[in-house]
Amino acid sequence: MRINFQQKLDELKERLLVMAGLVEQAIQRATEAYSTRDTELCELVKLSEPAINRMEREIDQAALDLLAMEQPMAVDLRFIIAVIRINADLERVGDQAVGIAGRVKDLGMFANLDIPVDIPKLASLSQAMVRKALQAFIEGDADLAQSVLTLDDQVDEMNREAFRSLGELIKTKPEMSSQALNALIISRNLERVGDHATNIAEDVIFWVRGADVRHGWAPEED
Amino acid sequence: MGVGIRVENLNAWYGPTHTLKDVSLHIPANRATALIGPSGCGKSTFVRCLNRMHETNPTARAEGTVMMGDLDIYKDAAPVEIRRRIGMVFQRPNPFPTMSIYDNVASGLKLNGFRKRRILDEIVERSLKQAALWEEVKDDLKKKSGASLSGGQQQRLCIARALAVDPEVLLMDEPASALDPVSTSKIEDLIFQLKSQYTIVIVTHNMQQAARVAENTGFFLTGKLVEFAPTHKIFTMPSDKRTEDYITGRFG
Repeated sequence: MRINFQQKLDELKERLLVMAGLVEQAIQRATEAYSTRDTELCELVKLSEPAINRMEREIDQAALDLLAMEQPMAVDLRFIIAVIRINADLERVGDQAVGIAGRVKDLGMFANLDIPVDIPKLASLSQAMVRKALQAFIEGDADLAQSVLTLDDQVDEMNREAFRSLGELIKTKPEMSSQALNALIISRNLERVGDHATNIAEDVIFWVRGADVRHGWAPEED
Repeated sequence: MGVGIRVENLNAWYGPTHTLKDVSLHIPANRATALIGPSGCGKSTFVRCLNRMHETNPTARAEGTVMMGDLDIYKDAAPVEIRRRIGMVFQRPNPFPTMSIYDNVASGLKLNGFRKRRILDEIVERSLKQAALWEEVKDDLKKKSGASLSGGQQQRLCIARALAVDPEVLLMDEPASALDPVSTSKIEDLIFQLKSQYTIVIVTHNMQQAARVAENTGFFLTGKLVEFAPTHKIFTMPSDKRTEDYITGRFG
């Protein structure tokens, strides 16, 4: 048993979960800011970005060190590759949070606007996907990860519906184009959060089962 | 050109100890096949059965079928002929210490009755070139003994000696385990070049080495072949839990 190596793998996992905590907080604050039009929350989201970026670099370096120094094989190799990929996806979720925060600040002037899209519901669904994907990572549960993939269809459909209704709004009320575009971008940001959660879930499946299920690809049975 | 080896239900014993149990596998021609596993797992016994070296131990015996192409090596040919066609390189370089570099390489040919100087010269040069040693020793072929070379050079000399008798298969039992990283790298480069002409079977404890040089890898445990698959699969997604435990260091 390579005790020292196992400890380093555990540390890597813990660091990624700390990073995940920062990212989840950022997306939570950004969506809360949308509901409350709280520009201070938007500022907090922006302030969290450097810390997330720094953690991404540190985790990548730690993973790189383990690849170089320990020459991992099989499940350990797959775990480190999964960590590297999940790390990148988390950082992108953080970027989406910053994007949402920026749009919310613009929308702030139009707080009374009745936007025909249920952004909070979309936000709740995409956040649930992230949480579930991370739970699957924590527990090494490929079945739980698999369940995340089906949620993505719902998020995609809500985003498409947002495009339809906001497009209609722009046509019928051109004076509201600016607000509609901001809402459209937020919807797109949240849809991307769902995509990143899907990627994280696929990486968990890769780690646990050794199966690459990205882009709907199903490996042939041996 | 190399030739493939098909092994079916191979069993081997040392005295009463059953060291190899019902091993079956196909070693493809002109490929490097790595055998890995913990000490005492039977991988060295397995390769020694392939060229009938196993039976040189008076208490040892083997049963089963080993086909080299269409040749049943336990029925259709004498051990000496088999060992000419299936060469072997061992863990510790073992050049004949009192012989010159030239005579080390030519020794197998001379034993087989080759006497013509010109042909011997040609084969010695070709074999040393194949073993990537020619440039380092060409001026000292008859002046220096095999033992005067460095460990890495001695191992390449042994490879040249094995190649000189024109084998079809080359068995390598931990050929780089006693060598420094630079010499190891040369041996690995050599394996890469040689497999276009020979079928190579390499026993190794160094899993990174197996991953680097071999197209296929077999994992042995307690005398059984647990898993045999393309190397990239063994080292990324092994099918058997025991293989995974071994290569990730969770074994035992």
